[in-house]
Amino acid sequence: MNTLESSSVDLAPAKAIVARHGGGRDACIRILQNLQAAYGYLPDAALRYVVENTEISEGQIYGVATFYDQFRFTPVGKHMIRVCHGTACHVNGAGKISGALEDELGIGNHETTKDNLFTLETVACLGCCSLAPVKMIDDTVYGRLTPEQARKIIKDYRNNAATKSS
Amino acid sequence: MNTERWQITVGLGSCGVAAGAGALYEQLEKTADHKRVELKKTGCAGICHREPMLEVASPGGGRWTYVHLTSAAVERILREHVGGGKPVDDFLLAGADRKDAVERYLGKQKKIVLENCGRIDPESIDAYVAAGGYQALRKVLEGMTPAQVVETVTASGLRGRGGAGFATGVKWKFTAGAQGSPKYMVCNGDEGDPGAFMDRSVLESDPHRVIEGMLIAGYAIGASVGFFYVRAEYPLAVKRIHMAIRAATEKGILGGKVMGFPFAFEIQVREGAGAFVCGEETALLQSIEGERGMPRLRPPFPAIKGLWGKPTTINNVETLANIPWIIRQGAAAFAAMGTEKSKGTKVFALAGKIKHGGLVEVPMGITMREIVEEIGGGSPSGLPVKAVQTGGPSGGCIPASLFSTRIDYDELNRTGAIMGSGGMVVMDESSCMVDIAKFFLGFTTRESCGKCTFCRIGTKRMLEILTRFTEGKGSEEDLKLLEELAVKVKATSLCGLGQTAPNPVLTTLRYFRHEYEAHIREKRCPAKACKALLTYAVDAKACTGCTVCARKCPAGAISGERKKPHLIDRERCTRCGICATACKFKAIEVS
Ligand SMILES: Cc1cc2nc3c(=O)[nH]c(=O)nc-3n(C[C@H](O)[C@H](O)[C@H](O)COP(=O)(O)O)c2cc1C
Ligand code: FES
Repeated sequence: MNTLESSSVDLAPAKAIVARHGGGRDACIRILQNLQAAYGYLPDAALRYVVENTEISEGQIYGVATFYDQFRFTPVGKHMIRVCHGTACHVNGAGKISGALEDELGIGNHETTKDNLFTLETVACLGCCSLAPVKMIDDTVYGRLTPEQARKIIKDYRNNAATKSS
Repeated sequence: MNTERWQITVGLGSCGVAAGAGALYEQLEKTADHKRVELKKTGCAGICHREPMLEVASPGGGRWTYVHLTSAAVERILREHVGGGKPVDDFLLAGADRKDAVERYLGKQKKIVLENCGRIDPESIDAYVAAGGYQALRKVLEGMTPAQVVETVTASGLRGRGGAGFATGVKWKFTAGAQGSPKYMVCNGDEGDPGAFMDRSVLESDPHRVIEGMLIAGYAIGASVGFFYVRAEYPLAVKRIHMAIRAATEKGILGGKVMGFPFAFEIQVREGAGAFVCGEETALLQSIEGERGMPRLRPPFPAIKGLWGKPTTINNVETLANIPWIIRQGAAAFAAMGTEKSKGTKVFALAGKIKHGGLVEVPMGITMREIVEEIGGGSPSGLPVKAVQTGGPSGGCIPASLFSTRIDYDELNRTGAIMGSGGMVVMDESSCMVDIAKFFLGFTTRESCGKCTFCRIGTKRMLEILTRFTEGKGSEEDLKLLEELAVKVKATSLCGLGQTAPNPVLTTLRYFRHEYEAHIREKRCPAKACKALLTYAVDAKACTGCTVCARKCPAGAISGERKKPHLIDRERCTRCGICATACKFKAIEVS
């Protein structure tokens, strides 16, 4: 990745995380999870720090980070929207919820809005299947959605953000 | 317990919280008179379709369950019931007009695994102990040898609830007898089946039960370290497991001398990172070791060579949650329930096109019809139920004509579906079976780890064929190729993911071939679910020209003057269906 980005990444969280988990190969996933929680994504510089200071090799860390869906290499918006496309949600119209959200936000799956407010992702089952169709914004689950409600919730977040910043 | 006060217990499982129970709890904290009312929390009661819920217990010992609550309802309950002594019938679970449905929903169920769920506070170890928790562990440590524990579990007939249905006692015996030390005990809480939430509910609502199961298993196989592998998508479950482990450690139930006996056991938690294949046991072990979750060939089975090459037992959450009951009540009591080869109960996550969805626990041997029609109450739309999908991406669709099939590992296998881990998604006439097959194959294609060629590429080719069908571009040749690939993917894959990935296709082909043929020959989707095969048109006779559809259409495809019939431009129409939902006069025809 470009040097500009690496130089602007603060390595203090990475150092603390490596110190906490030790340097064994088996800590790889936990270190990545903690890095992502700290930075919101996996910055290249932080990964390099891990490779240089533990038994974890470059091959392992990139192999693992690209294998699991949880990990991201780019920053995400302020709010993460996860639309469930599990079986129960699928048969109850998850496609229409995604369609409405993509239209409302003007972005596709795995994309972030220009104002950096939202990132949109589809996921397989949030475990609230009896409330299908379901979406989750950050840690809050919204169930029994209609496309209109799905749009309205986004508008509420936007209004909230607007009042906060003004 | 303070019997002078009223008790209000709010269900705070994931589905309750999603339905707004958290806000209701806060409201109660603020507005209830705490001198008269004691507030409590509990997990999921399994009646998810009625969330949010709470239970009121009077000082005199009466109990009332309230459902479908709103903030106004909570206000009324405080005022009229707690204040005025008069239950609020409008929100009672068993209110006058709902009694029958509730009895049908609960009457056929038998709660073993879920006996505490929705009844005790999952964040309190004392509540678990008061409900008889950790008695089984004490019984084991006080008076049973590891071999006796294995024997008891074997005699109970318990089979693994994670999908494959392998006899739990036999599995423990292998690990107990294997050479090598240390040995490890792993609890599989990965629950990747998209449409299933049994394990989540148990972990959120009764985490100590699973810990007790792990301790007993650890004692039986000779392990002193256990790993909990839980999906990261279940933040509440992860939090409650951590709390439970901490509480059990403080009480000396985990640690160097479990309950003061010469048996050491500690538990570590590992969060999954979003890979379905990591539910497969050998992939799961790789993941705990910090590597990519790639399954490997068995044998050697994990019982012989597991974590870091040492003997390891891997059990599903629900399997372990059965153990304390079996030890307490005895193997014979467990074996008395169910069919010849499937004993005890099974928890199902009933969802999809079903009126009364939720978590249900039924004795083995009950029929599909009893679950779908009596417990579940049929489809909410009133359309006939067409099929039930069990076992998720590894399972299959059981058509309504086979609803007399009993819940039994072997009987379900005979239909081409499987028991699976407990996902049960109901489909009615508006669900397209080709689309469902495509949905599952899309899932397995994405989740294939890529090690075996047929699983990696064969599933992708199958998915392309199914996509062509749903777009009206499929041919008879495609159908032949699809069947051929299905057989080959099954035969040439190393792990269960590939070996079972074609099941949804094979079962829908077996029972709903006519739907495939309609897509191929007539370019028609009988369920009207495949977007590309639909056309939307305005019925000029029914249209009143109210302009609602034209205003709602996001593609600007509808035109017409006020009070005159409107027209849909087929070129512009994206078939989103918004106009059909918006029209109050049923003037949009879908064909
Ligand atoms: C692709 C795949 C995914 C699986 N996912 C799970 C899962 O999420 N939970 C689970 O308990 N077992 C899962 N299994 C089954 C496990 O491999 C293993 O058989 C099970 O955890 C053993 O526990 P049991 O004997 O108690 O059922 C999966 C198997 C395969 C092939
Ligand atoms: S299928 Fe959407 S929450 Fe389970």
